[in-house]
Parts: sequence; C-alpha cells; structure tokens
Amino acid sequence: MQDLVNADCIIIQGSNMAEAHPVGFQWVMEAKARGATVIHVDPRFTRTSAVSDDFLPIRAGSDIAFLGGVVNHILTRGLDFREYVLAYTNAATIVNANFKDTEDLDGLFSGYDDETHAYDTSTWQYEGHEEHGPGAAESHVARETAAAQQHESHGRPLPTQTLRDETLQHPRCVYQILKRHFARYTPEVVERVCGVSREDFATVCDAWTRNSGRDRTTALVYSVGWTQHSVGVQYIRTGAIIQLLLGNMGRPGGGVLALRGHASIQGSTDIPTLFNLLPGYLPMPHHEQHETYRQWVDAIRHPGQKGFWADAGAYCASLLKAYFGENATADNDWGYGFLPRITGDHGTYRTTLDMIDGKVKGYFLLGQNPAIGSAHGRAQRLGMANLDWLVVRDLYLIESATFWKDGPEVATGEIVPEDCRTEVFFLPAASHVEKEGTFTQTQRVLQWREKAVEPPEDCRSELWFFYQLGRLVRDKLAGSTLGRDRAVHALAWTYPVGGERHDEPSAEAVLREINGYDVETGEALPGYLQLKDDGSTACGCWIYSGVFADGVNQAARRKPGREQDLTAAEWGWAWPMNRRIMYNRASADPEGRPWSARKAYVWWDPDKGEWTGKDIPDFEKTKPPTYRPPEDATGPAALAGDDPFIQQGDGKGWLFAPGGLIDGPMPTHYEPVESPVRNPLYGQQANPTRKVYDRSDSLLNPAPPEPHAEVFPYVFSTSRLTEHHTAGGMSRQLAYLSELQPEMFIEVSPALADERGLAHLGWAHVVTARAAIEARVLVTERMRPLRVDDRMIHQVWLPYHFGFAGLVTGDAANDLIGIALDPNVLIQESKVGTCDVRPGRRPVGPALLGYLADYRRRAGLDNGHHAPLRTVPARHQGES
Amino acid sequence: MGVRTWIEGWPVYRQLTGTDPLGRGAAARSPHTDALTPRTETADSVARSVCPYCAVGCGQRVFVKDGTVTQIEGDPDSPISRGRLCPKGSASKSLVTSDRRQRTVLYRRPYGPQWEPLDLDTAMDMIADRVVKTRAQTWQDRDDAGRPLNRTMGIASLGGATLDNEENYLIKKLFTALGAIQIENQARI
Repeated sequence: MQDLVNADCIIIQGSNMAEAHPVGFQWVMEAKARGATVIHVDPRFTRTSAVSDDFLPIRAGSDIAFLGGVVNHILTRGLDFREYVLAYTNAATIVNANFKDTEDLDGLFSGYDDETHAYDTSTWQYEGHEEHGPGAAESHVARETAAAQQHESHGRPLPTQTLRDETLQHPRCVYQILKRHFARYTPEVVERVCGVSREDFATVCDAWTRNSGRDRTTALVYSVGWTQHSVGVQYIRTGAIIQLLLGNMGRPGGGVLALRGHASIQGSTDIPTLFNLLPGYLPMPHHEQHETYRQWVDAIRHPGQKGFWADAGAYCASLLKAYFGENATADNDWGYGFLPRITGDHGTYRTTLDMIDGKVKGYFLLGQNPAIGSAHGRAQRLGMANLDWLVVRDLYLIESATFWKDGPEVATGEIVPEDCRTEVFFLPAASHVEKEGTFTQTQRVLQWREKAVEPPEDCRSELWFFYQLGRLVRDKLAGSTLGRDRAVHALAWTYPVGGERHDEPSAEAVLREINGYDVETGEALPGYLQLKDDGSTACGCWIYSGVFADGVNQAARRKPGREQDLTAAEWGWAWPMNRRIMYNRASADPEGRPWSARKAYVWWDPDKGEWTGKDIPDFEKTKPPTYRPPEDATGPAALAGDDPFIQQGDGKGWLFAPGGLIDGPMPTHYEPVESPVRNPLYGQQANPTRKVYDRSDSLLNPAPPEPHAEVFPYVFSTSRLTEHHTAGGMSRQLAYLSELQPEMFIEVSPALADERGLAHLGWAHVVTARAAIEARVLVTERMRPLRVDDRMIHQVWLPYHFGFAGLVTGDAANDLIGIALDPNVLIQESKVGTCDVRPGRRPVGPALLGYLADYRRRAGLDNGHHAPLRTVPARHQGES
Repeated sequence: MGVRTWIEGWPVYRQLTGTDPLGRGAAARSPHTDALTPRTETADSVARSVCPYCAVGCGQRVFVKDGTVTQIEGDPDSPISRGRLCPKGSASKSLVTSDRRQRTVLYRRPYGPQWEPLDLDTAMDMIADRVVKTRAQTWQDRDDAGRPLNRTMGIASLGGATLDNEENYLIKKLFTALGAIQIENQARI
C-alpha cells in the first residue's frame, strides 16, 4: 500500500478508492503531492475522480476494449520496455501453428466445443507442448470447479523448455500474436465501444507509457469494479499485460494492486473457506482427476516443471499431517482417503439454487448476509426459506436471520411465516476486539489483533464455535464404526484452551499449526523450504509458513512505521516469507543491477554473492543472475538466474496464457451478459464460456441480437459508500453511520431525469427480470450519458448497502442482479446489468409480482428463455 | 474568591484582554473544561488491534476501562494507516458496544411466528445433533464408478472474509473432516 508513493503515475480503474478505501487512498494523495499523475477511469465521477488529474467516463463493461486500446498503442508504437519484455516475459515464445485468434473466428478462439461451451486448448500451447493443453472436457471440469483460482499463485504447469525468437519477428511468437490480436483496438474503436473520446484516451496512453520504463513506474489499482464481471479475470489479465509490456511488475511504484473490501478476505482465500480449495491454493480433490494421493500431488507439482510448485508433495503431506496428526501415515497416504471429493460446481450460487430445490438441508452463515449481499436476493431468501435448519452467527440480527418474518417475500406472500419450515438458530458472535487472531490485509500482510475484552453474554468467537462443535460431534460419533466417521475420529482436534471461561481455544496455537512444526520436536518451522513429504513436518498452510518462525508470532510485530523505512518489514508479516513486493527479482535487470538508481529495490551483490536491497528478495538468495539450469533440471533448480516469475512453469510473466484460463489465452472484448448494445467487434456477443444457470428462477435480461432488449434500456452499476459496509450488517445498525447515509438512492444524469420524468429527491424504481426496487432520486452531472456506437447510453448507479433490517433501511440493490458468472472463478457479474427506470414508487404486495411478470412477458422471458452461450446470428432470431 | 480572580474567571474579560480575541481557545475554558480528561488517558489497558471493515488493515488502539471498551482510535504506529481511520473505523466502538447488538441466543422453531430465547449449551447440542443427522441422511460414499466421494451435499456454509485466519482454518478443517464441501465466503462474491 505504502509503495504507491513510489509511483510516477497511478491509474485507478474499476475502483472508487477514495470512497471505499479512504485511508489507503492517503498514499495516492501523497504520491500526487510528490508529483505523480493520478488518472481515474470509471462510469461515474466519484470522490476518487474529484482529486485525480484526469477523469475519463467509460461505459460499464467495456474496460477490455479500453485497455486493449492501450496495448495496441504500446505495440504499434514500439513503446514497450523491450529489455524487460524480452528477458522476463514470454513475448519471444513461439506458439502452436494451429492457434486461431478471435480476429480469425469472429470472437471465438480455436478449440471451442459447442457441446460443453468450453475450449480444447491444445492449439493455445507453446510450440511442441500440444499434449499439455487440456481438452474441452477437462476445461469444462475446470470451469465447474473454478480451477483458475487454484493457480492464483502459480499458473498452469508447463514443460521447462520453450522455443523462442529473441528478435520478436517470428509471426507466431507471442509478441506478434498479441500485436495482431489487439490491432483492431484503435482509438476509434475505443471511442465507439467505451464512449471515451480519442483525446481523453490519448491522455491516458501518454501518461501510462511516459511514466513507465527504466527510470519511472506506473501503478495500476483496481477493486471489484473489475472483478465482478462475466469477463472479470480477463479484465485483470489485460491490466497485467500492460504492466508487463511496460516493465512495471515486481518493481517499486508499479504492479497491479487489488483493493479488497473485507478485513480478511485475502486470508479467507489463502486459508480458504471456498469449495474448490484447500489451504495454500492446493486444489480440493476432484473425484475423477484426483482419485489417488499420487494423482492429486502430481496434478499440482506436475513432474518436470520449473518453480516452487515442484515441491507440492511436501505441502500436501504436511497439510494432511496437520489435519490428521498421528492418523496420517505413509501407509494411508497421510490420510488422503479421508478427504471429501468435489465433482463439479459447488459454488455459493449453485448451492443457493440447490436450496430452492430442497437438496441442501442445513446452512451456516458466518458473518455474511446473503439475503442482501449476494446477487439475486430473492433466490437467496427463498432458498433459505426451504432449509431444515439455519445457523446464523453475527453481531446483529441481520436480514439473513429474519427474512422469514420481515423479508420482501413476506410482503408479496411468497413466504408465509407459519408455512416456513426453516428452523433458525441465531448465535451471537464475538467482535474483533473480543478475540485474538490475524487478519490478512489486501497486500498480503498478516496483522495480529490482541484481545481487549471478553465477549459478553452468549457472544463467542468462530474459533470457539467450531472447536466446540467439533468436540460435540466427535463425542456423538465416538462409538461409531461406520466408514464415513473415520475422518471425524482421525481429526487432530486438540488445542489448548484459555480465556475467562477456560474454553476458548488458543488462536496462537492454531497459528502455530498453520505455520508448521517438526512432528518429532514440535518446534515451529522457519519457512516452507523446510517442509518435507515424508510425514516429518506438519503445516496447515504452506504459504503462511514462516509466520511463526523462531517460535515467535511474527504477525504481532509492531515496530512503529516511523522507525522503519517505507517497506516496514518489521510490522506484521507478509506471505510468502515476509516479501512485500512479489516477483521483486524483476526490479533488477537481467544482470542483477537496478534498472536505475531511482528505482533500485532488490539487486545482486556480487561481492557477497547474494541478492539484497530494500525488501526480502523473492528469489533464491544466493542464485546468481548468470545461473543457467542444466537441461534436465526441474523445480526451483530449473529457474535461471534471470527468471523472476518463480511460480510460473517457465519463470516468465505471461503476455499470452497458454493455459489456466477458461475463456481464452488473451483478453477479448465481449459485451456484458446484459447489455443494450450488440458487440461492435465480433459476432460473438458475450463471453461464450460464461457460467449461467438455465432455469426459470434465474433469468437474465435479453441482450442483442436476442429480441426485446429495449425493455431494459439502461445500464446500471452498484458500489460502496464510505459510511457503509457491504450488506450493512456492520454499518446500518450503527447510529453515526446511519445518520451519515440514511437512505437508499439512485444516481441519474439530468438527461435521464428528463427522459424518464424523474424529480431530484423524489422516488423512482428500477426494474430487472428479477426484481423491482425503489429509491430516492439523486440527479447529478456525475452521471453522464455516453455515445456508444452512434446511440446514447444512459447509466445509473446505486449503493448496494441497504436492506430491510437496521436503523436505516431500504430496498436491496442486489435483488436486481442476475446470476451470470465468470467461468474462471465463478464470480457473478454484478457491476453491470440492464434495467428500466420509472418515476414513483414500486408496486407493493402481490401487485409487485404481477408487475414483474408483465416485464418478463414483454422481454420474452416468461417461458424461461435464455440466450444461447454461443451467439446465434441475427437472421436466426425471432422464432425463440 | 477575590474580585480579581472573579473577574479573570469571566470569559469575556479573558477574551478582551488575553491572546484569544475570538473566544475559541483559552478564553472559553472553564474549571469544568480543565477537569476533563480524555478517556484514552484513564484507560486501564490498551489493546493493539486492526479495523474490522475493509482490507486496508488500519491499525487500531482499543482503550478499555473496567472491562468495557471506552474508545477506539487509529494507531499512529501503523506504517499502513499512520493513525488514520475512516468513518466506519471511527465508528467501530459502536459496533462493539451498541445496545442494538444481539448478545444472547435466539431460536425460531419451524413454522414459529417469533423468536424464542435459548440456552447457549442447548443450542450447541441441538446444532451438533442436526449436523450428525443431516450428514447421515445425505451421505455419499462413492460415485457411480465406485470412486470415493466421502461427502455430504446436505450441509453448506457461507462466510469467512470478516473472520480471522485461525478461524477460517478450523472451519475448513472441521468441515473437510465432516465431508461438507459447499463451504464458501465473500471472496466468491
């Protein structure tokens, strides 16, 4: 975060950082005071725009076209940082001769399979690696299991040897493929697709390229304004491609910064409460692909590959030792047989629909409020109303605890309390000051919190709840001889307890287990390099190994910032191994010298024979820049002294991704699933591999070339206010915050207010295929219509914090949003959708259902119609 | 009290004769003002904490007197936040101490019209019973090809992004042993 002051230019796109991360934003302001240029690209003029040097309004959902234009600007003018690009990226690598681009196939890459709507990726591979590309069936499984997430920190497995053309002239080298792919993304196309003028666009291209290179760096900042799209991963890929081309990765004042919105949402991904992951991004075993322990480990380490994933056997065995203790033995493959198996998509939206279908019986909510905070709120509430039992653990009586008596469906008659069978337990939770433990913040820094007071009355931590629940269940199953209960018996579930009530498990003991220890001596391990695959070490999360090095809680370190340099390496602890900038080997040139004195960060000290600098080197400390691996080397030894991207199978930053992505090796502009316009670039309208649920209670508004898109003519987006947090459970219950932001509103431009007859501070309602919600109207010039492809597109904006419980209440914006997911990570498209906007309040009671039914009928959705994933040419339209 | 002291105790006099002609500083002070001390000075203890809202990770100092949180302030030592808090972080004392906070267990029986009170131990036991029962009813041993599944599709969980790493660790560890796989959190949203 602090490293932003080292930037010469900061591009903020897909984020209202000043509003949503105001304290972090001080570093942007400090950089600006030191002379940095700050540029904000967003559909709406916000608090971030107000203090930026330049603001560019953009049509929501068109960012790949915009960023693709920047790539095109760089490549047509040869403005890339050539020495960096040649040495550290895969620009020179030759790709398979049969690869076909979206430019050749009207919006599809080669290998698209109409049956599974997934790609056979063999033609995307590097030359000579064809057999390493997953086929369409495997890609289909990868989408269902959000497998790209398992590569968050490593990338797809690859053989170590690749064919390269160092002149970058070979027509099939990545550089030339990229150049051809983005050639169409001219300033004129950017203007036509994004509604950004050529002059404004030139300003950004100029600032970004001028402030990148040997002596200067540009930082790129995004938030869920990029993530929450049906092409969200490819948004971020495009940003990463620019940052690699301009040599901004692994360097001070550079990088791609994801600003995350919950105190430990990074931690809950690293130590995942996610269906497809185990700690440290190890995949949850899949019943087909990982039937045996060996298959599971080999799928991760991929024998023969470069980089640190080669040691995955040690990470896997150590995790199972941490889980099952002495019951994990060499003879039982460390208890691998105890693990449950995934068979496909078990994500939160699939689970919600399964609740509606009666397949899920019991549900735990742990500090999360899906009735308001998840897309398609009505489906969330109807699902919860059809459970056998629900356990809600929170500080306040959130909507997800009370939907059965005061939710919107009670008003419409869809939920009748005396007919609602769900048994609900509300168990009050301990607050952040009533327990100790670590949060992992947005730059991977773990910070330990001390306990200030004991939790009051029945309030308890999740640590207490799950430890005690585990004890109770184990007691109840103690006499069982059933096979299914073996894992429960085998679980290592002994933790020291303390606290005033003598029953709170020690969070430090858990953190120590996460760090890892020597099974024989019990001593804490210094880091993941010490992990073994022979059962002699246990480690709950390999990437966190080192947080308890020397038996000391490193996350609790609190050396004041003013007594340290900017890196502040002695405040908390960052994974991996306390490195604050990842891939920082790239901050030095191939010979190991800083690219410039001004941007010196980590460099090779030839006298001492080691890497040194302002951060812990993200590289083997004594491997010289001149090191070249022997031909048969694998694992870390196969990484050359100038391969900075040490978790990648080829040690290079990927401009072209031969694997790991479901929807293509390069980003391509697709329209949002709900869009008022036809894709101006390709016949293919939206992401052809997107994940949707084809059922009548999960409808999506029609988009061209489907008929009736005009029923929902406007584009809407949602985001945060400073004074509220997510679904409001931690803010709309508090007096000060409620007073500061008391009411749900919709922000519209004066032009749209005219068009629809909306009065400032009057009422309006917003309608989609899922819901109609009402809000006060805020007419401002911060929203402006944009000219897109020769028509005016109106965009509206809504905060998503409001719900029906709390000191201040209002209709929930998430009720409007449909379930259309990014195929790589199964995250919903909630930053852009289409809607109608009408003056006045919405109908209430059963009349609301009739009102929505009428909209669905006019939109051609009353038979549950869904657009085909692969766009059918317009001439075939009309019959459906 | 002498006349001189009495006159000098009069704010208008101090305002006209002293260094505070606008009456916004020393001239406006009273004995009551002078007797006030900030809650931060009289605290029994201070815990070093981290803001529970977004992921910037601002440092907090939590001031406690007589077992109650009396103030939460930004930690000036933090190299990330340098003592600042946003409106949410500044309001986090109310998050902890608000009288709207639900501090006891509530229970809603199936088809019940209202909440009922319930003892925590009883609630825990009932929940454990339901986990055991649902798991037994929905257990899947093997797939159609005879490969192991070891799981229940009857139990799901959502949440973790607002919790501690240690908590997420135990949640995943327990659910994995129980065979519950539909475990998700805000990171998917």
